[in-house]
Amino acid sequence: MERKTFRAAALGATALVAGMAMWSLSAAADVTLTIESWRNDDLPIWQDKIIPAFEAKNPGIKVVFSPTAPTEYNAALNAKLDAGTAGDLITCRPFDASLELFKKGHLAPVNDVKGMENFGSVARSGWTTDDGKTTFCVPMASVIHGFIYNQEAFDKLGISEPKTEDEFFAALEKIKADGTYIPLALGTADQWEAATMGYQNIGPNYWKGEEGRLALIAGKQKLTDPQWVEPFQVLARWSAYMGDGYKAQTYPDSQNLFALGRAAIYPAGSWDIALFNQQAEFKMGAFYPPVKKAGDPCYISDHVDIALGMNAKGAHPEETKTFLEWVASPEFATIYANALPGFFSLSGQPVTLEDPLATEFVGWRKDCKTTIRSTYQVLSRGTPNLENETWGASANVLNGTETPEQAAARLQKGLDSWYKPAQ
Amino acid sequence: MTQSVTLQDSHSATDHAPIRRPWRWHIAVFLAPALLVYSALMIIPLAETLRLSLFSSKDQVISFVGLQNFITLFGDPRWSESFWRALWNNTYFFLIHMLVQNPIGIALAALLSLPRLRWRSFYRTAFFMPTMLSFVIVGFVWKLILSPLWGVAPSILAAIGLKSLFGPWLGQEATALTALSLISVWQYIGIPMMLIYAALLSIPDEVIEAAECDGVTGLAQFWKIKLPLVLPAIGLVSILTFVGNFNAFDLIYVSQGALAGPQFSTDILGTFLYRTFFGYQLQLGDPHMGATIATVMFFIILAVVSFYLLVVQRRIRRYQF
Repeated sequence: MERKTFRAAALGATALVAGMAMWSLSAAADVTLTIESWRNDDLPIWQDKIIPAFEAKNPGIKVVFSPTAPTEYNAALNAKLDAGTAGDLITCRPFDASLELFKKGHLAPVNDVKGMENFGSVARSGWTTDDGKTTFCVPMASVIHGFIYNQEAFDKLGISEPKTEDEFFAALEKIKADGTYIPLALGTADQWEAATMGYQNIGPNYWKGEEGRLALIAGKQKLTDPQWVEPFQVLARWSAYMGDGYKAQTYPDSQNLFALGRAAIYPAGSWDIALFNQQAEFKMGAFYPPVKKAGDPCYISDHVDIALGMNAKGAHPEETKTFLEWVASPEFATIYANALPGFFSLSGQPVTLEDPLATEFVGWRKDCKTTIRSTYQVLSRGTPNLENETWGASANVLNGTETPEQAAARLQKGLDSWYKPAQ
Repeated sequence: MTQSVTLQDSHSATDHAPIRRPWRWHIAVFLAPALLVYSALMIIPLAETLRLSLFSSKDQVISFVGLQNFITLFGDPRWSESFWRALWNNTYFFLIHMLVQNPIGIALAALLSLPRLRWRSFYRTAFFMPTMLSFVIVGFVWKLILSPLWGVAPSILAAIGLKSLFGPWLGQEATALTALSLISVWQYIGIPMMLIYAALLSIPDEVIEAAECDGVTGLAQFWKIKLPLVLPAIGLVSILTFVGNFNAFDLIYVSQGALAGPQFSTDILGTFLYRTFFGYQLQLGDPHMGATIATVMFFIILAVVSFYLLVVQRRIRRYQF
């Protein structure tokens, strides 16, 4: 009997000690922050470069980067936030998607985060309330549109970088006649590719960047005006130079076609640079969207694309803020812009870039006027959503199932059905 | 011993006496697990969906709007256009299954049940294999097979000199839905095959022998004897196909994305519901309109299944052996 009691007591004591040990361990354990993001391509860069740099400076805070597929991100994030299971740090899409999250109380204001003064009003515009008072995400990067080309192909065929629309089509014609390369690596299966790499890429040259974009929001211009229809008309001419079966060609197909050296020109977003640096074994160059006539001013889409916000209901607000302050610092800007060539820092602080292709892209900021994608601010607030409609319209124009005029008329009609610009 | 006898006696005495029975707890107890689980997982979400469809949210304020969402869905040209297109595409999707999947399923089952067939279990497993694959794998593999850039379909057609027949089928409005329907048929052919195979096996040998004595053999035997006997199974397969097709979503979503391109030509009710409920890219989700679509889907399926159960199934003649 006595022995039994002793054994029970010993067992109890062991359990108690073990329990206490575990409790103290968990108390001393690091705080773990989770980042929600749609950039699943960037996972290795966050894990190997960005997060270690932060953790080295901030012992006690661990960061986990947990991305979702880009097209599912918004839906998944909304569901997670509503259910209260979202991570501490939320990667912010620009404009209304994030504004809605802020209004619902999912995102906390970041006005008082140290380092926010590094960002100008254009950089903040994607993540600021309509009255301009509250910013709710720390801007991380913008992306620039243009064309990346296979330098070897151009050298072989004796083509130089086209500066005007005519030169551009002459180059395409030459590549097609030669037959070695598919002239343009672009497909319509994913739809957004047609709109983003096509319409929004060349469009600013026709609607004169910010001038046209703001006039459209103000209701002074319509999508059926010539400067908005013309990009569709130019786009329609592209389809003759796209690969066999481009209607079923997806975005990764296009990337592979170019990276494998089978296509000569890739209508690009600068975010593709990192991938091509890894995979393409030939020299690459880049040119900005060709203008209509030689000497015309050029416009490029320099789109505020990505920012980082704070989950208002996160469990570790202090640590989250520490991370955001670091994101706003020049140190992060340099690491990020160099680790991910093609994502250009929005910080006013100077950032030195090492990648030649990325340097070329960012250099266009000096020569050309910059704008953001025309459909993002305000105009995609209602149903039908102008951005999503533009995807379909661009794909249809390239597929030849809708004329440029029909597509433009349909977009304007959809916009008119809910958008009443303040006159 | 005596005690037990008296107990038994008294027990039988109460049985005969016309007094009230004790409340039969065990029925409730036995029903409870199934009822609770079913309610929690099916009834409550269903009721919640119906409730959600009667509300609307504007500027973060949720208010009761009655049937307004349904009026929008059927009355607003933009919504109704999408809805009717999705419904028609869905019907087309179902018709392809009925015209291709079920006849081939029946034919395969008939072949499998031939008495002198070798490799029977191999065929049975092989035909059933795709059904057990994940829809993600099926969607991805077929997308790759049919890819005009890397797929094997163009090279196989080229090898037999039919390259000109190849097209980017998944990318053309005219062919995308048919192509996807056939992929789905390929995947699910095993289900009608198995159900009808089982029905064919349950036909007693005497019936077949009697038919043979009367000189009904071969194809005539199939049409005149076996097919009428498996008709109830075919009815069951049809209604399962219907419910499955009108709830379909996965294959389209995996291979064409939530926008169900090109130009919504493969948009079925499931993808339309997903896009509306969860949103897509810049379009924000609208749970209330989404629930409205889900409700309409529920009633469509309910109506057809009730029609089948109450009208069709009663008229199918069943044979008792």
